[in-house]
Amino acid sequence: MSSRPITEDDLNGLLDRTLDPARHAEVIAYLDAHPDVAQRIALHSEQADMLRAAFAPVIDEPVPTELDLSRMIEARHRPRRAPRWAMAAAAVLLLSVGAAGGWSLRGMTPPTSEGAQALAREAAASYATYAPDQVRPVEIRASDRDVLAAWTTKRIGRPIGIPDLTAAGYRLMGGRVVPTEHGPAALFMYDDDRGTRLVMLARPMRSERDVPMVPHADGDLNGLAWADRGLGYSLVGAIAPDRLHPLADEMRRQIRSEA
Amino acid sequence: MDQEMVRFIEPLIPALRRYARALMRERAAADDLVQDCLERAISRWHQRRHESDARAWIFAILHNLAMTRLRRSAQRPVHVALDDADAANLSLAAPQEDGLRHRELLAALARLPDEQRTVLLLVTVEELSYAETARVLDVPIGTVMSRLSRARERLAGLMCAEPRATLSPPYLRSVK
Repeated sequence: MSSRPITEDDLNGLLDRTLDPARHAEVIAYLDAHPDVAQRIALHSEQADMLRAAFAPVIDEPVPTELDLSRMIEARHRPRRAPRWAMAAAAVLLLSVGAAGGWSLRGMTPPTSEGAQALAREAAASYATYAPDQVRPVEIRASDRDVLAAWTTKRIGRPIGIPDLTAAGYRLMGGRVVPTEHGPAALFMYDDDRGTRLVMLARPMRSERDVPMVPHADGDLNGLAWADRGLGYSLVGAIAPDRLHPLADEMRRQIRSEA
Repeated sequence: MDQEMVRFIEPLIPALRRYARALMRERAAADDLVQDCLERAISRWHQRRHESDARAWIFAILHNLAMTRLRRSAQRPVHVALDDADAANLSLAAPQEDGLRHRELLAALARLPDEQRTVLLLVTVEELSYAETARVLDVPIGTVMSRLSRARERLAGLMCAEPRATLSPPYLRSVK
């Protein structure tokens, strides 16, 4: 039986050592019979060796400190090295209450660990956990809205309105109670026709009972956090801040008008 | 989860630096790119699909960041001349006797279109499988194969076409 014709893919396979032994032998036999092709492949092989040799020294270089992975992970957990949004949030808080409280800007120590900054962080973490979930993003679906409202009210200890964003193109998917460092919080999830998901997190605020809306961002994830009469809210989603802001405004308006 | 992430990503950092260096050519720019890549990998670790995919997954993050940057810098009028500065920028010590061919190779590599250079580097230098390379570039394997063939041909052509006049004494390529 005559062998299959030799293809360019076979020649690549020879160079990249991906051929099985039988095919390898056939390609070698072909090259023996075709010195012009053999010469070309030899040149390609030599080039590959040179490329590997040219960049090999990088592998042996000591990895720079700024690429130390453990350090990078640690830095993300440390509030002092908080992302820009946390700094912005802290700055706004300092501006709004700084004179009375007399906090020092040095070191960007947040005024408290349970305020809007923490809420924003918790909302981003909840988003990261539940928004990509294809199986069970929410515990209680929007069809059981009353059950969801009753459950969150019971666990959070006070009624939490569920804003309606249908006018803006976002449907309520449902929600759940999620843990935070500062007790249970209510999570409501929304999506639009393209499957873009938004998460709103709400929980009581003990110290910063009223906070103006402050933006936060972490990579592609944007958020807005605020507090009204002792309840803190944060709306987060992987959409542009200028699209998120009107949605947060609308939520705040509805919550205020219900209260 | 952090430990699992470190255990998986850390061993890949030298290779990520190498791919970044080959694309960006300048050490500082390359390491800056890797840093961005690691930041993203940390924050999106939960989004990767399977452990077997993790290498292609993180190379894809790096690759996409690099392409964005190269495109952005291509829009600026600044163009780095391909000359003797190349080897120095790359901080790669070439053996003295190979210096000319080494420079010639890097210059030829720099002249490949991005889509050919990236395939060639991923397959040849990073030794990713064709399937992994396809995932990194988000193209079908057939496209990887055809780009690879073209890249090899083009690189050979560019190296042969280097003006001999600049090479002295008479330069003989050793073709096995």
